[in-house]
Amino acid sequence: MSTLTDPPKPAFRLSQLIYDTRYRSITIQLVALVLMVLGIGWLVNNTVQNLAALGKDFNFGFLDNPAGYDINQKLIDYDSQMSHGRAALVGILNTLLVAILGCVTATVIGVIAGVLRLSKNWVVSRLMAVYVEGFRNVPLLLWIILIFSIMSESMPQPRDFRGDEPAASMILSDSVAVTNRGIWIPRLGFTNSLSGNEAVASVEGVPAVASGGADWALIGVTLLISIVAIGFVRSRSTRIQEATGVRPTTWYLQLGILVIPFAIVGLFLGMTVVTPFLKGFNFTEGTHLRNSLIALWLALSLYTGSFIAEIVRAGILAVSKGQSEAAFALGMRPNRTMNLVILPQAMRVIVPPLISQYLNLTKNSSLAIAVGYMDVRATLGGITINQTGRELEGMLLLGGFYLVLSLLISSVMNYFNNRTQLRER
Amino acid sequence: MSDTTTHSVSYVRESMLAETAPPVTETGAIKWMRENLFSSILNTVLTILSIFVVYWIVSKIGPWFWNSIWDAGSLTECREILAAKGMSSHDGACFGVIKDRWQQLIFGFYPSEYYWRPVLALLVFFVGISPVLFDRMPRKMLILTMLTPFVMYLLLWGGAIWLPLMVAAGFGVGYLAMKALSPINGLLGSLGAIILPLIFWLYLAGPIAGQLTSFAPIGFEFVPSKSFGGFTLSLVIGIVAIILSLPLGILLALGRQSDLPIIKYSAVTFIEVIRGVPLIVWLFTASLLLNYFLPPGTNFDLMLRVIIMVTLFSAAYIAEVVRGGLAALPTGQYEGADSLGMSYWQSMRLIVLPQALKISIPGIVNTFIGLFKDTTLVVFIGLFDPIGLAGAVRASTDWNGIYWELFIFIGVMFFIFCFSMGRYSLYLEHKLQREHR
Repeated sequence: MSTLTDPPKPAFRLSQLIYDTRYRSITIQLVALVLMVLGIGWLVNNTVQNLAALGKDFNFGFLDNPAGYDINQKLIDYDSQMSHGRAALVGILNTLLVAILGCVTATVIGVIAGVLRLSKNWVVSRLMAVYVEGFRNVPLLLWIILIFSIMSESMPQPRDFRGDEPAASMILSDSVAVTNRGIWIPRLGFTNSLSGNEAVASVEGVPAVASGGADWALIGVTLLISIVAIGFVRSRSTRIQEATGVRPTTWYLQLGILVIPFAIVGLFLGMTVVTPFLKGFNFTEGTHLRNSLIALWLALSLYTGSFIAEIVRAGILAVSKGQSEAAFALGMRPNRTMNLVILPQAMRVIVPPLISQYLNLTKNSSLAIAVGYMDVRATLGGITINQTGRELEGMLLLGGFYLVLSLLISSVMNYFNNRTQLRER
Repeated sequence: MSDTTTHSVSYVRESMLAETAPPVTETGAIKWMRENLFSSILNTVLTILSIFVVYWIVSKIGPWFWNSIWDAGSLTECREILAAKGMSSHDGACFGVIKDRWQQLIFGFYPSEYYWRPVLALLVFFVGISPVLFDRMPRKMLILTMLTPFVMYLLLWGGAIWLPLMVAAGFGVGYLAMKALSPINGLLGSLGAIILPLIFWLYLAGPIAGQLTSFAPIGFEFVPSKSFGGFTLSLVIGIVAIILSLPLGILLALGRQSDLPIIKYSAVTFIEVIRGVPLIVWLFTASLLLNYFLPPGTNFDLMLRVIIMVTLFSAAYIAEVVRGGLAALPTGQYEGADSLGMSYWQSMRLIVLPQALKISIPGIVNTFIGLFKDTTLVVFIGLFDPIGLAGAVRASTDWNGIYWELFIFIGVMFFIFCFSMGRYSLYLEHKLQREHR
């Protein structure tokens, strides 16, 4: 009778940690981990020593202290008695404002320029090529400074609007004033404001108006409900189309759902358009778009727009000609070919780099420093740091804000990529 | 014409008609205009609109360029010349400022008797980089490429020739250690190639260079970093950062593709953190915070701090470009290398990276263009890049109040640099596409 025994297990030798691929990866990672921990420990240790030498500590309590500085552009209530945290929030909102405005206009400019650059019209395509190459190859900072200089050097002063024969006049039927201190545009006001009518402009001919968060919230909710209802209408007509082959005409229904509730709410609140007018040395009422906002917004849109134009052009060129020819062969009309065949394929190529351009635009909005726009870098990363001497905490918070924003945007990108990826095999 | 024969059939033509010229609308410029400019109503509207836009721009700023004054030592002098011609100060540009101050805008505060040194350094850079950019150049030139950084350092900053020589010698020590120790034991070879040069640099290079300098002080006049400015500064920061960030970026890209989770996630974290935060925040970190992270008492100049920060920044971007190149390579190449029994580093060095880097060069050039444009941001932490120098020129009494001329000059210079590099990367992309077919 023979007994089968396992071959003797080779004893584990230390040299296996280096020469055996099964164990080597663990060795390498351990070494890397130890080195990394040592490196980070070294940095932290240095920081602790340096802070101790300067007599500073590490805490975020300064965010609750009164800020003591004013911010000229604020989307929420703020005055200099409020805390540094509130000032940072105002800055964050300003950053988001210019980023969102910039993304919208950059997309519009970029799509138009990209499509026109592919046009067979020689003059138009050349003009767009000049725009794209001109803006892409010159630093954004230069464009911001240039547009800011044009705004503040070449535009008329508010006092030029005065008198019987003024040197300058308001445009768009006296509703928009372009001056060297910024642009005044009309704003919406409510004569029946929910937040009370204490803010009253008592100039003859101007109705007593106010606007508060509650008014805007009401309008927003109304619009949201309308949009959801329109979504229902559309999905219903899609269902009918799939069942019967005929899509019911619903555009008047959709328009009604959008407009009528909005009009009712508007009437209820007494919504009016308040146009700016000259009072004293400056314009008043209306919404004041400062030069800093305009320069930053315009420069960011034009600069990023030139990159988006290239992305759009590449996306359209990436759809092979056979696709549109096949669609024509099936008897599709040109606009349906564009909507159903070319655009869905081009979008797959366009959207990922487009979103990374949005990311770039958001980060580039920190160039606000060149024109004194009060974004988060100017409040939290600028004045707050200077006043409190908390560079480490301030820069950490600032970096953290941008990082979170970037990660949010790129997670949107990944979500889109996963949804539209070609599923092969 | 048909009366040559009596039995001619009336509807058959027997002689050739002379060729007539094509209709006017189907030839030359008119045909081209009909097809390209006025083919439809929309097209016509667009054409007229764009011609109007071009006319509007040219008529607004054309005369300003046309009437520009190039020979003036100050803004008041320039305005006097304009007034003598009967024009107001808004009717003509004063490009005299460029003629007067172009040296400052290009070289900053670099001593004027040494202007040849940055110029020569740029030429050396072009010679050094040419075998990398154009594969028609002889391969032997890559040896020159390796020497380029040291020569450039010597030309730009100057000082004794021995310190850069010692730093270069460190690499030689590493190479020799590799050659000598590898036959004994592969691991010993790699360790020796890393540790011996470090020891050499840390403990030997300084004293030896010091001794040699006192013994034979050969070298150039030392120029401190704070003298750098203008386009020299932009180019130095851009070029140094891109050269230093290439190896780091490649390592990060390999780390991100690695199977080892700890290495992979630390590379991912590093790349995402760097890319997620704007450069200007990193520059403020360099100027405000870097001293906190280093041992107490360390203090080195702002330009070096900026170069470190910009290097880390561009390394993260290069890593993403190289990762694209690595991902674009067919899996067969990795598997082929594995099946030949190559080790990880062998397969990367001999099979994967040469191909992946070749695909990534256009992306690297584009990263460099972006980086070069971003060097203008250093003005916010007190370095004198071209935009900062424009402020300095404006602050002088001669040119107080001049705006557009300086900005236009700076913009045109940046445009020339970036546009030509962009064309190069486009040329490369087309070439790669051709070769891939």
